Amino acid sequence: MSSDEPRQTIYDSTAPSTDTRDARIGEGVDDRFNSKLREAFGASPFILTKFDEFMNWVRGNSMFMLQFGIACCSIEMMHTYAIKHDLDRFGAGVPRASPRQADVMIVPGTIVSKFGPRMKRVYDQMPEPKFVVGMGSCTISGGPFQEGYNVVKGAEEIIPIDIHVPGCPPRPEALLYGVLKLQERIKNGESSAVVVKPYELEEFGDLQKDELVQKLASEIDEDDLVMRYNWADSP
Amino acid sequence: MSTGTETEPEAELAEPGSETNEAALESLLGERAIARDDHLNAPGFVINPNDVQDVLSDLRDEAGYDHLSCVTAQQYEDRYESIYHMKKFADPTDEVSIVVPTTVDDPVSQSAEPVFRTADWHEREAYDLVGVEYEDHPDLRRILLPETWQGHPLSKDYDQEKPQLVTLTEHQNPIQPDHHDAESDTMFLNIGPHHPATHGVLHVKTVLDGETVADVEPDIGYLHRCEEQMCEQGTYRHQIMPYPDRWDYVSAGLLNEWAYARVIEDLADIEVPEYAQIIRTMGAELCRIASHMLALGTFALDVYGEFTATFMYTFRDREVIQDILEDLTGQRMMFNYFRVGGVAWDLPEPREEFFEQTREFLNELPAKVGEYNDLITGNEIFQTRCIDTGVLEPEVAKDYGCTGPVARGSGVDYDLRRDDPYGYYEQLDWDVITRDGADNYARVLCRMEEVEESAKIIEQCLDLLEDWPEDERDVQANVPRTLKPDAGTEIYRAVEGAKGELGIYIRSDGSDKPGRFKIRSPCFSNLQALEEMSEGEYIPDLIASLGSLDIVLGEVDR
Ligand code: SF4
Repeated sequence: MSSDEPRQTIYDSTAPSTDTRDARIGEGVDDRFNSKLREAFGASPFILTKFDEFMNWVRGNSMFMLQFGIACCSIEMMHTYAIKHDLDRFGAGVPRASPRQADVMIVPGTIVSKFGPRMKRVYDQMPEPKFVVGMGSCTISGGPFQEGYNVVKGAEEIIPIDIHVPGCPPRPEALLYGVLKLQERIKNGESSAVVVKPYELEEFGDLQKDELVQKLASEIDEDDLVMRYNWADSP
Repeated sequence: MSTGTETEPEAELAEPGSETNEAALESLLGERAIARDDHLNAPGFVINPNDVQDVLSDLRDEAGYDHLSCVTAQQYEDRYESIYHMKKFADPTDEVSIVVPTTVDDPVSQSAEPVFRTADWHEREAYDLVGVEYEDHPDLRRILLPETWQGHPLSKDYDQEKPQLVTLTEHQNPIQPDHHDAESDTMFLNIGPHHPATHGVLHVKTVLDGETVADVEPDIGYLHRCEEQMCEQGTYRHQIMPYPDRWDYVSAGLLNEWAYARVIEDLADIEVPEYAQIIRTMGAELCRIASHMLALGTFALDVYGEFTATFMYTFRDREVIQDILEDLTGQRMMFNYFRVGGVAWDLPEPREEFFEQTREFLNELPAKVGEYNDLITGNEIFQTRCIDTGVLEPEVAKDYGCTGPVARGSGVDYDLRRDDPYGYYEQLDWDVITRDGADNYARVLCRMEEVEESAKIIEQCLDLLEDWPEDERDVQANVPRTLKPDAGTEIYRAVEGAKGELGIYIRSDGSDKPGRFKIRSPCFSNLQALEEMSEGEYIPDLIASLGSLDIVLGEVDR
């Protein structure tokens, strides 16, 4: 039996195959190594692709999201995971509680000074390659709270972001669209633009000894990690 | 044709009996009251910073003001001021404000913590944001901002442009040996701020003795978005209303908007058309159902860890409500539908369709509630897990200023919709749900039954709206383009939000923006009681208790 044409049972029947193994193998030479899937490919039982492309394809189609709720946008994010919008249709519906198991982080909300270092830490704990979807105006610019004394003017000040989804909050459809766009980019092997991140975690001892640092010198150890917010330079 | 239920603060003060009430208060305080500083909602007495505990305990024990609902601190040119807004659980319209001024150079006043436990966090917040210091306070440190923060952002001389440093080492890896106490064999455990059980970005520092919780301390402020500053920068007429949507963001938007609408309407003396009040009442109760549904779904998630059945069912129902609300307001979550003096627009056309859709939801609701009862509350395992865990005695609940379903689950019969009526609630037929269990189970049941009561309210509102004569459908009162309440007017008003008493204090400074805008968040007070509820219990019960408090961090941190 040649594998040039798929067996009739593949395109003809929708009934569940309940045949015995012998019947499935069929007459003649034993071609049990030719799976139905392989046969469906037609003439040659191989797909030729670059390994990188294959990996990108796999990555794009199986994204593990980080279960990460910050503010109002996380409610719409939960709606996107839940029935009706069902993010799982696109292979991205199983939020992982641990950053070490996640590929994609949706940042759903306002980042304030106290949370900045934490978010950075969570991001650092995710294995490479990792991707970030910024959800809502707050992650773009601080949104409605942009003028607040405590609000970081966009998540991009701290971590790189691949896709921005605008809205306050974005509708679940918009988030879906964003996730799909991200999939597309991953499949095409594109990565996020390199941005300068003004806020980094640094060791306290490495900071310039200005007025603020000297004031806090008695409270903070030299090798403690700190994040320094220069509000005056923020947009 | 208005009932005028919205605008009666002055009338309340003048009602028979209140004169004597004030006289009684005056004689109770005696010499200690050095001046009067009346607020629109309550008589106010100025006292010395050293008399706080004395006066407050007298007011509680002798005059029955057992609810310290809020502590507001603010800075004037020449002084700092802490205001203690006190009420009675039995009658929240009976209020009194205690004003404690201190000098600018030495802003120290006595703490109220020994009298009311709830003052603990409230005073820490006042210290953090405004800079008033409280003597005798057990643990006066920053609560919302990082500990290394410089300056007090709501004080007059704060410079927002100055750089700030935040450390990451505040709470170390729990597995480190030094967290094992050699003698008592306890272990320190961090829960959060990124953790699935904390409903957002809450951080709970826990000390465990085996599996038992020896000590818990919620650490908040990971979502402190400067809501008060934002509201102080907005004009009364339009710029403040969008913010309340973002306090309690679990679809409770309209309930929060009502808090602002109520306070500003009382402050500027605006009468809301009756028709608009009915729409408000209906919308607000829809929000309450949506909010309680989420509470139920996430509670099931906390207790069973199941992401499938209950959670998905509650989200199915929320989607239906959000569709209805979207038809009404134009948005799924951040409605911005209330206006000062009414609502933005009338019901969507065709009206019949809207009524039909809403009625369909109400008709299906009993079956759904039955389903939840089969799935959750009737489930024996669930009951074993929740009954008699996280017990919050009614007296303790009052001491902590708990309100909403948390207090009502402990048998405290306190619901501002009935006790301090606003909107159209007074004319409708519904009941306040209370439960005596005082445990996690009681709180869940309380919310479930409140959903049914809300459905009753919506049903009656629909009937009224359907029959309303076409030419009397006023959705907004006539409100001037800019509102400038008289300088120095102060008011504190609260409504029954999804989580409890959501209050707002405004002091006007004569301009079109508030001089001070303070939010009294129910979750903030409720969360404080977590310690009481979970110490000595197992760690899974701590998670369940936290879930049953139904906090939302946007409102805790503001
Ligand atoms: S973008 Fe809007 S909805 Fe989203 S977190 Fe910010 S304020 Fe909330």
